[in-house]
Amino acid sequence: MANETRPFTANAFNQYLGEHKLMGTRCAKCGGLHLPPRAICPQCHSDQMEWIELSGKGKLAAFSAVSIGPSTLQAEGYDRNNPYCAGIVELDEGVRISARVLGVDAKQPANIAIGTPLTIEFIERGEGEQKKTVLAFKASE
Amino acid sequence: MAENSLTRPIAIVGAGMSKFGAFPDKAGRDLFVEAFREMSSSIDKGFDPAEIDAIYVGNFSSDLFEGQAHNAPIVADAVGLVPRSATRVEDACASGGVALRQGVLAIASGLADMVLVGGFERMTALPTAQVTDTLAAAGDTLFEIPAGFTFPAFYAAMASAYMHKYGMKPEHLMHVALKNHANGALNPKAQFGVTIPDWMQSRIEAAKKKNKPVPTWQHEWDFLHDDSANPMVAWPLRLFDCSPITDGAACVLLVAGDRTKEFTDNPIALIGSGQASGMPLHDRADLTSIGAAKIAAQQAYQMAGVTAKDICIAEVHDCFTIAEVIASEDLGFFEAGTGYGMAEDGVTARDGEKPINTSGGLKAKGHPVGASGVAQVIEVWKQMRGEAGGRQVKQDVPLALTHNVGGTGQTCAVHVFERK
Repeated sequence: MANETRPFTANAFNQYLGEHKLMGTRCAKCGGLHLPPRAICPQCHSDQMEWIELSGKGKLAAFSAVSIGPSTLQAEGYDRNNPYCAGIVELDEGVRISARVLGVDAKQPANIAIGTPLTIEFIERGEGEQKKTVLAFKASE
Repeated sequence: MAENSLTRPIAIVGAGMSKFGAFPDKAGRDLFVEAFREMSSSIDKGFDPAEIDAIYVGNFSSDLFEGQAHNAPIVADAVGLVPRSATRVEDACASGGVALRQGVLAIASGLADMVLVGGFERMTALPTAQVTDTLAAAGDTLFEIPAGFTFPAFYAAMASAYMHKYGMKPEHLMHVALKNHANGALNPKAQFGVTIPDWMQSRIEAAKKKNKPVPTWQHEWDFLHDDSANPMVAWPLRLFDCSPITDGAACVLLVAGDRTKEFTDNPIALIGSGQASGMPLHDRADLTSIGAAKIAAQQAYQMAGVTAKDICIAEVHDCFTIAEVIASEDLGFFEAGTGYGMAEDGVTARDGEKPINTSGGLKAKGHPVGASGVAQVIEVWKQMRGEAGGRQVKQDVPLALTHNVGGTGQTCAVHVFERK
């Protein structure tokens, strides 16, 4: 990834996501890995970063089955009778990120296990200029 | 690092708040006036408002809630204090606690001798869905909110990690709600001045009166487990695990310690102040604790020269029931992984060893977010002076603490108070 020269911004992260790549940053000085990406290392304060692609494999660290979502998810048809799962995913590389969690039964949240193995998924929303890729992880088969 | 000490002693000589609730006929500034009036009349020997040097106002989002930005000069004008410096402080739900710290810094610096610290939020004018979206803006809108997180969902996720790690059950959290509503029932300023058993009873009576099917709840646990009475918001958190949407304001008056006697013979000194920041939830090493709260508490304890054991009562940031459990551990009152049983065992009850949220907390008193950190101070001020009425704790309260969190813990302000 040494020739990846995009700026270390959320916009670049989302562009990569649109290309179905989960990208974090690595500090060239101390080796610290950052997901979501950071431009400045909070461990050694260096700004020598490089993009690095992550495996997209991990496990569920925390979650909620949400009955009353934000207006964007209500517009997608989620409600009390159709909750969705939002979670924090710990990747095999040790970093964590917030993501939609698919392939679990959000109507039976007590049965969703922390530690469930997960694999990356990309949710595509909108068309043309409005096209957006949302990060998700799916319970592995 | 700078020395962690106050260069001048600081006392709180007045404290007042508006009623908390839903007030369609009042603007945020009207609530602030109500709080200011009560604060003024609470000063034992009276004061001259013209002596106020500066005003700090905690407010999260009057911009979105009321369409009013730049609110500090507006509320300063409403209480007749223009042209004094008026500064808005915004750190989400910790805005009030951080405004208090700004007041402390102003006096400690020597630039001010008398500071008005207040907070307000006028939230109920927006429909609930828009309030949810507005509050979500206190999270990381680029990396957390697209995942579908709402504020209840963030704290629910912490609860899921806590349950997994320590074996807590949702019922343990219901005990926190029962306790805080029992306290709120004794607080005339509370939004929900009613216990959960009485709430249940009033629902039964209402159904009878309207000739509707009468619920068959025998006990408050039936009520709390009923999806229609206590619906799921974000598993494992139900409606009664969540603080409400509230309109309200609160004010306290800080003076430089050497002037205290001019205003009261019964002053409450602010002896410890701490504040820290934190990363978004997913970036924290521990999902069952709030690191910023631990650091802010350490700073405040060190400055005050006290330990967690010395604190008699505390008002902690129970925006959700799980938040009170985590706070009680972060503050060092209980070992990590043991706080969840303390409400059930009565330890944190009003008549327990370590009373927490005697005001009813954010849960029952209400949570007008910018005001909450200041309203916490009002409760400990009253308890320390023996003026808490029906909810006065039995024990003497020479030392008390307030703990105010913004977001999921990206901000925390902790303050320690001593009766002189």
